[in-house]
Amino acid sequence: MTRRTIVALALVAALGPLLFAGPAGAQWPGVTPTEIKIGNTNPYSGPASAYGTIGKALTAYFKKVNDEGGINGRKINFVTLDDGYSPPKTVEMVRRLVEQDQVAFVFQTLGTPTNSAIHKYLNEQKVPHLFVATGATKWGDPRNFPWTMGWQPTYQTEGHIYAQYVLKNVPNPKIGILYQNDDYGKDYVKGLKDGLGEAGRKLIVLEQSYEVTDPTIDSQIVNLKNSGANVFYNVTIPKFAVQAIKKSHDIGWKPLHLLNNVSASVDVVLKPAGLEASRDLITALYLKDPTDPQWKNDQGMKDWLAFMQKYYPEGNTKDAFNVYAYTVAQGLVHVLKQCGNDLSRENVMRQAANIKNLSLPLLLPGIKVNTGPTDFYPIEQEQLARFDGERWALFGEVHDAGKK
Amino acid sequence: MEIFLQQVVSGLATGGIYGSVALALVMIYQATDVVNFAQGEMAMFSTYLAWSMLNAGVPYWAAFFATLAVAFVCGVVIERVVIRPVENAPVLTIVIVCIGLLVILNSVAGWIYSYIQKPFPSPFPEKPITIGNIFFGAHDLGALGVTLLVLLLLYVFFRYTTLGLAMRAAAQNPVSSRLCGIRVGWMLALGWGLAALVGAVAGLMIAPIVFLDPTMMSGILIYAFASATLGGFTSPGGAVLGGLLVGVIENLVGTYVKFIGTELKLTVALAMILVVLLVRPSGLFGRVAVHRV
Amino acid sequence: MSRGQGWRRAIVLAAIAIACALPFLLSNFRLFQFTQVFIYAIALLGLNILTGFNGQISLGHGAFYALGAYTTAIMIDRWSVPYGWTIPVAGLLCLTAGFLFGIPALRLEGLYLALATFALALAVPQILKYFEHWTGGSQGIVLSKPGAPLGLTLSPDQWLYFVTLGVLILLFVLGANLLRGRTGRAIVAIRDNPIAAQAMGVNGALYKSLTFGVSAAYTGVAGALSALAIAFVAPDAFNVFLSITFLVGIVIGGLASISGAIFGGLFVQFVPNWAQEISKAAPWAIYGIFLIVFMYAMPRGIVGALRLAGARLARFRG
Repeated sequence: MTRRTIVALALVAALGPLLFAGPAGAQWPGVTPTEIKIGNTNPYSGPASAYGTIGKALTAYFKKVNDEGGINGRKINFVTLDDGYSPPKTVEMVRRLVEQDQVAFVFQTLGTPTNSAIHKYLNEQKVPHLFVATGATKWGDPRNFPWTMGWQPTYQTEGHIYAQYVLKNVPNPKIGILYQNDDYGKDYVKGLKDGLGEAGRKLIVLEQSYEVTDPTIDSQIVNLKNSGANVFYNVTIPKFAVQAIKKSHDIGWKPLHLLNNVSASVDVVLKPAGLEASRDLITALYLKDPTDPQWKNDQGMKDWLAFMQKYYPEGNTKDAFNVYAYTVAQGLVHVLKQCGNDLSRENVMRQAANIKNLSLPLLLPGIKVNTGPTDFYPIEQEQLARFDGERWALFGEVHDAGKK
Repeated sequence: MEIFLQQVVSGLATGGIYGSVALALVMIYQATDVVNFAQGEMAMFSTYLAWSMLNAGVPYWAAFFATLAVAFVCGVVIERVVIRPVENAPVLTIVIVCIGLLVILNSVAGWIYSYIQKPFPSPFPEKPITIGNIFFGAHDLGALGVTLLVLLLLYVFFRYTTLGLAMRAAAQNPVSSRLCGIRVGWMLALGWGLAALVGAVAGLMIAPIVFLDPTMMSGILIYAFASATLGGFTSPGGAVLGGLLVGVIENLVGTYVKFIGTELKLTVALAMILVVLLVRPSGLFGRVAVHRV
Repeated sequence: MSRGQGWRRAIVLAAIAIACALPFLLSNFRLFQFTQVFIYAIALLGLNILTGFNGQISLGHGAFYALGAYTTAIMIDRWSVPYGWTIPVAGLLCLTAGFLFGIPALRLEGLYLALATFALALAVPQILKYFEHWTGGSQGIVLSKPGAPLGLTLSPDQWLYFVTLGVLILLFVLGANLLRGRTGRAIVAIRDNPIAAQAMGVNGALYKSLTFGVSAAYTGVAGALSALAIAFVAPDAFNVFLSITFLVGIVIGGLASISGAIFGGLFVQFVPNWAQEISKAAPWAIYGIFLIVFMYAMPRGIVGALRLAGARLARFRG
């Protein structure tokens, strides 16, 4: 090899990435010099259609990003498909996204059973399965599933926080539980039980479950009151949370009422149940509630409202899912910006696992997104709040499940 | 004992809900010989109409009756426009058309009104009534009363009015009825209208309890089927009673059968209905269908 | 052999030939979709034997599909049984379950039977969640997709496609023989005139419960295959909409027709996908409109419409 060739080779090696940066992108699936293709599934039909707004709000947010010039000159092409919350359909749709539409990665697929169905497939295909929209615990397992990452605090984390609170603050607690009979309800219950520990488990005097198809939960509330419980751990979706708050108030049961974050919306849940009946409820929060008056003049909330009006006018501004979607979309944009021009699947995953102290406008003050090569739980912080009859009054310190 | 009574009372309240929808199902089955899977979604849609009117400032009772009228007309129109083309097709074809209607109404409601649940006012007092330590929801009692009133009106209508008799005749024996000069087609349409109206009443009574959202009726419809099956699809009174029984049985099973608890209470309630059916294959109060060879 | 039968045989053979060629023409994803069509078709044929041919309406076949799927999943996951064995076991288990359910169902007619079976479909997710130790509860069971046996250079999707196609052909041939023979005539006679059938010496009770068993076995085998194709089972996959989907499939395909099951399978697999292509805002509304329009155009299903067209053509020629 002559000296000249060596110099030439060195030059090519040095300049190559610069010269070929554009065309090189073509070798990554779903990425061209002008576009990044991202796949998603959501239930737009079927019994879980209420979640469909998340997919629509994500679509709207990426339109906003594109209108503002995209990310590093690339527009986002967000392909979102309906799976009707049915695991077999999710498998079909995600295979379509990966094999036919050739997306760069899959983002915010919704639901625990649905994501469980594609978990193994995406990891075998080495396709990033980013920020899944479920609170189950199994998404943060980089050793066995290095291509899958969660987003929100897990249901178990939240259950843990309530357990700590009860053990510290309630003398002689007797806990009654109402939970939805599925993975979501059971995860919350498991979190509480783990938090209480072996000895603390005896504090649970009654567990009652309901099915999503049940019209009412009156019978369960009557039994819970009768059990003599003085702590009510309420793991219900908004529809049943309203009923539970109202019913326990009506029959004169006044326990310490722990309401899961899922149903903490002031306008959707607490107002219909009655503000008086809702007084002194306790929940754990990580997002700002769009219907809580304390955020009325918050800049982040104002920007969100402007976004909703401009890009998703048919969306409901009371719906906390739209805040959720906005925030997670911002999280993804942060990751993509951090990727720079290397949008290989490996780098997307590497950057997703390299988020440091990211604050997003609609996260509660003090709550930050953090990930690392062994930490696939982006949001792990929550803060307790007590409802004062008008707004959620935050109290105590920010709980961090990441610090153990 | 106190918990037993309270569970019975709350079972009756929930059972009243099942009964009111079961009544609409039985109604349409009697009038047209079709089981309408879209019944629940039609009731849900009517309730949204009422909600829109209330939101626009219409007083409750005006909105109430206007909704019933609109529901009736829509029921008639649905029969004439949607069901009529498949009238002579096999009965399962009509069932599929009803399923089509169900998914359309559910999807469109979600699209127009969003999936956020909405509170819905009750015409009855807010304050619960308590006797001793037993608690009665005023609305629950009122709703049960309304259901019984509707039942009574239907009974009188089908038993004593010419129109009611003509409708029954048209459903049971269309050919002979036509020979007697009954306009069978219109009778079927009226049947749909009436069932839609009864469904709307049920929706308006149920929404204050379970709150209004597009999936409000899907669970209830299932229980209503169970209630009508238990009571007998040919007996309106049986359907209401069936509803009350299902409500009470379900609560008592969930409370007292410890090893089952709440996780299997639906299964157990369904199994009990099956057992009843084995003893009385046409439900508790249904007529046994007699076939001519 | 009449001319019509000859034609029919030719069409069936051509269809099988095309089906065998597809794996070498289509992508793995498309093959997966067609595997699902075949699975649906098997389940639909099962339901059609019961509802179309025998006149017993079932809204609960999702329960047998779930039983078949979980049988396979549990046998593979817990006992590491080779997957090939789990399919016949699922079929036999569902045959027994269907037969046993068929006995009490004898007492019920029409609507009441439909609703009793509906209850079965409703109870399934709850029961699956309750026996968590076996079923993995609401988390379900994750499986591995079976690969092609040694010596065959096929992708897992191609292999599973062929397995499903093989099972489909086997079950359709068996079904056709059953329905076109003496047994089939008895099954249909019971539907059309139970009392006359009884008078002719047909043991109505036995035939009806046996039909229930066979029907459940078909659906169970389909469930078992679906567990392999999806490589995952969870209670949410077996809700009441599954049973309703089956009913939609047989009515759209054509009641009391064997080939109708294939058309029904194509419909329930692909039409919801088209619906969402048209509107993301309300895909169900589009699907509902499809259903209604289909029923208007073909009140007796696709096969019914084809038969009608065939008859018209024959008359035109004659």
